[in-house]
Amino acid sequence: MLLISIGSIAIFGLNVGVDFTGGSLLEVSYEGNVPDKAAIDSRLSGLSLGNLSLRQAGEKGFILRTKTLTEEERVNILSTLSFGGQYQATQERLTTIGPTIGQELRNKALVAISVVIVMIVLYVAFVFRKVSEPVSSWKYGVITIVSLLHDVVVPVGVVAILGQFLGMQVDALFIMALLAILGYSVNDTIVVFDRVRENLRLNRDLNRKEDFELTVGKSLEQTYGRSINTSFTTALALLALFFLGPQATQDFALIMLVGVIAGAYSSIFLASPLLVTINTWRGNRK
Amino acid sequence: MAAILILLAGIGVGYFVYVSQEYPDSRFHFSLGLDLAGGSHLVYLADTSGLSQGDVESSMQALRDTIERRVNLFGVGEPIVQTEKSSFFSGIDEERLIVELPGVTDTNEAIRLIGQTPVLEFKLFVTKQGNVDEEGTLNIDASYEPTGLTGRFVERATLQFGSQGSGLSNEPLVVLNFNKEGTDLFAKITREHVGDVVGIFLDGALISAPVVQEPITDGTAVISGNFKPDEARELVRNLNYGALPVPIKLIGTETIGAALGGEALQKGIFGGILGLLLVALFMIVWYRLPGVVAVVSLGIYLAVMLAIFKLIPVTLTAAGIAGFILSIGMAVDANVLIFERMKEELKDGKKTKEAASIGFSRAWLSIRDGNFTSILSAIILFWFGSSLIEGFALTFGLGVLVSMLSAIIISRTFMFALGNYQNRRLTRALFGSGTYF
Repeated sequence: MLLISIGSIAIFGLNVGVDFTGGSLLEVSYEGNVPDKAAIDSRLSGLSLGNLSLRQAGEKGFILRTKTLTEEERVNILSTLSFGGQYQATQERLTTIGPTIGQELRNKALVAISVVIVMIVLYVAFVFRKVSEPVSSWKYGVITIVSLLHDVVVPVGVVAILGQFLGMQVDALFIMALLAILGYSVNDTIVVFDRVRENLRLNRDLNRKEDFELTVGKSLEQTYGRSINTSFTTALALLALFFLGPQATQDFALIMLVGVIAGAYSSIFLASPLLVTINTWRGNRK
Repeated sequence: MAAILILLAGIGVGYFVYVSQEYPDSRFHFSLGLDLAGGSHLVYLADTSGLSQGDVESSMQALRDTIERRVNLFGVGEPIVQTEKSSFFSGIDEERLIVELPGVTDTNEAIRLIGQTPVLEFKLFVTKQGNVDEEGTLNIDASYEPTGLTGRFVERATLQFGSQGSGLSNEPLVVLNFNKEGTDLFAKITREHVGDVVGIFLDGALISAPVVQEPITDGTAVISGNFKPDEARELVRNLNYGALPVPIKLIGTETIGAALGGEALQKGIFGGILGLLLVALFMIVWYRLPGVVAVVSLGIYLAVMLAIFKLIPVTLTAAGIAGFILSIGMAVDANVLIFERMKEELKDGKKTKEAASIGFSRAWLSIRDGNFTSILSAIILFWFGSSLIEGFALTFGLGVLVSMLSAIIISRTFMFALGNYQNRRLTRALFGSGTYF
């Protein structure tokens, strides 16, 4: 999964939207008859607007992405889209973003996400500071981040694939979805680690000797029910949003859905095995 | 007892949320962001290159005030005008002006509205019927007639301090020099109307109403409008530079049709409610009696959150709602954690109350750690993020905070209120979960 995702990000690249590159985004909806996408495409190519992409939005609408439009070009496009009065095209949304703002938004988003990741490592290391045996606490933090990266990379890969074939774009809402997944994934991993911590303490109190591997296994067993249930309920809400919600949040719901599933997977099959691996690895070196 | 109180309070809050939405003139409507309500969002780049570093801030302030006055004049409901510095991370130093106009979906109209220069007009006072209403107040609009002389004819404006006429004060005066055309027009007006009042209007508001003493043929007019020095300076600047204290350039627009916004909102609410119902159904089927408790406490949680959105008020945007939905997920998660722990204690043969009590205290650590990292993330995002991310961070952070309280206070009180039962088959069937009977 991880490899496919990274591969598709590398090969297809991301379809970065106007939010981050600057440019114009025009959404129109048709009343009554809707023209063919191919027909619109061929008409638009006559306008010499440079690179543009057209995407169907719902049954009656289209989203057009172009370079930054002047007022004249916008009027021109609208009349083109209505085929000289043959169809009723109404402008629903127009977003024009200058390149500097796009760049700033992108940098801000990156910085915010990076700072959040660093803070999480620090916090997890701090909370688990009393549990330094057999795996030191900062490693919990690092593993949390590894599984978090997994949860973020997988949906990004999905978007890269969808971007290639369906024209899905990386826009501001996509960043929102990633942030949400981030919070979710950390929560998921922490719940499992928390149980590990508790079992370790229990063992110590009872003076019971148990392999670290067994302790982790037991903890997993005790928490996977919760992990699955929580992910399932969230998935339910997201599915409802995806199928019945507005067009605007459909992509958001889809990305979140992928992230939540990846999160449930990684907290069970990635984070804990990593914890054990780190431990055995250290043991072997001794 | 406490449980009943909480339940009543919850119903009360829910009722408030409902009622305040029903009454059209209530102060506590949800305030919807532009992406949901429709409207225009404009970003201007302010060219401050001609200003010294120290003047930038005050000029931006003046710019903001001027634009705000202009927008208000147009009668847009609750516009937002704010200045913003480009962030450190973009690598460039820019001053920006953000204008949000709810309900204005015609971008050109909005741009024209903001780009226009201040309108200076000279109007003649005329006595006629209907310009004084019943209370004896003067109806200013009706009592002045345009003369055709406007700020367009002003060649140069200067600021002077001094006194006009017999006054001794050292008040600021704005001296206008008309161009050739304006000089002729002004001479004609003053020649024909000696003794009349000439009203001087700025952006539609009367700022000065001097009486014409004698014909003025040299093309200068002096406005003494009881100005504060700053106001006079601004007026002079506006008249000289055509428009604003700082030249601005449009660098970003976003317009969302009301239809699109309204539809998005409706569908979003519908999807959200259905999602919640599905979650509630699952909780009750899987966790049975505790599931019912969780659903009730989630209901109260929702009511509290919506009330907070109204009272602060939090402007709801698509991103904000995404954050809210996520926080609901977190709230459900807290309950699930607790019930799973409780189930384990029940398996050990404990009584229900004891199992609940241990379940809560054991789950608390997980809930605390999970939610603290979430709140931490929310704070950082709020700090660093652009306006979009801020909306998300705010509702998410608030949601997690309230959900934590709802899980440990509301759910807990209800669970204890259910009473204490022996660990029998029936009890296990009621309090257990999943396939455990």
